[in-house]
Amino acid sequence: MDKKLENIVQALQKDFDASLEEFRSEAHVFVQPEQIVDVVTSLRDVHGFELMSALTAVDYWPQEEPRFHVIYQMTSVTKNLSIQVRVPVAATRPEVPTVSGVFASANWREREILDMFGIHFDGHPDPRRILMPADWEGHPLRKDYPLGYEEPQFTFNFDEIDLRKPYAKE
Amino acid sequence: MGVEQKLGNMGVVTTTLETVVNWSRTRAMWPMLFGLACCAIEMMSAQAAHYDMSRFGMELMRASPRQSDLMIVAGRVSRKMGPVLRRLYDQMPEPKWVLSMGDCASCGGVFNNYAIYQGVDEVVPVDVYVAGCPPRPEALIHGVVTLYEKVYGEKFTDYADKA
Repeated sequence: MDKKLENIVQALQKDFDASLEEFRSEAHVFVQPEQIVDVVTSLRDVHGFELMSALTAVDYWPQEEPRFHVIYQMTSVTKNLSIQVRVPVAATRPEVPTVSGVFASANWREREILDMFGIHFDGHPDPRRILMPADWEGHPLRKDYPLGYEEPQFTFNFDEIDLRKPYAKE
Repeated sequence: MGVEQKLGNMGVVTTTLETVVNWSRTRAMWPMLFGLACCAIEMMSAQAAHYDMSRFGMELMRASPRQSDLMIVAGRVSRKMGPVLRRLYDQMPEPKWVLSMGDCASCGGVFNNYAIYQGVDEVVPVDVYVAGCPPRPEALIHGVVTLYEKVYGEKFTDYADKA
């Protein structure tokens, strides 16, 4: 790991009791959901990570518990550093405080995570779906979401599927 | 070698009104100018000099649904695009036809997932399906000619029933 990055990770471990996972010299820092606003703020203001290059989530169901990780990928353009902050979230209460007050760009990304994974963001100014239609049920990127939408039609099941198909009227 | 030479110098052709109306509809069928995915590239190619769809009376792609007769759905239709497509269809004046171009528009193609309609016939009524991924311009032209055959078979009574 880069020496400068190591100092920052150590500071995070001291301040927020964060745990570290290292993979091919990339730093993944794990923190608790209630700390995330403070962690992101301190990365921005104290350590110079002025760009949130990605905010996304992963579903590790059924291998891991808690099943979701919300991932904050931070970049420092001035120091040429990159760090990943991960927040584990359980399926029973999928809630994380919003960081849209710290980075305005997090607004739509948090909406996307809400849409695709069903993870809610406390205090989000506009918690609506962003990609799927507003009346859609379910969260498509969860691992327990059905993979295919419609069974493929073959000669043996053509009529059966054709009956169920919602054909449009004039 | 026109029809007047076959008929001599009478200057009169007898036919039915239905035939004339259907013939004129096929000879000036204007498609709507829009494409949704890679099929649109083949549609442009069919319109351009090499394949030249204007031989079949399709020389004008209209940018407004209010001036077009044929909707060529060229590409996959996402669930967010569905209402938009339906609205365009509703704005087209009667008589109107829909050609579903390619596998994605016809049945979802390889995109069997939550984001794509499994066939545009869930959104608008389709007259002709053209298979292929994407269909070559010849296939699209064949689909259009197939649609003409359908138009030739239309009766006034069908429109009376619809209205």
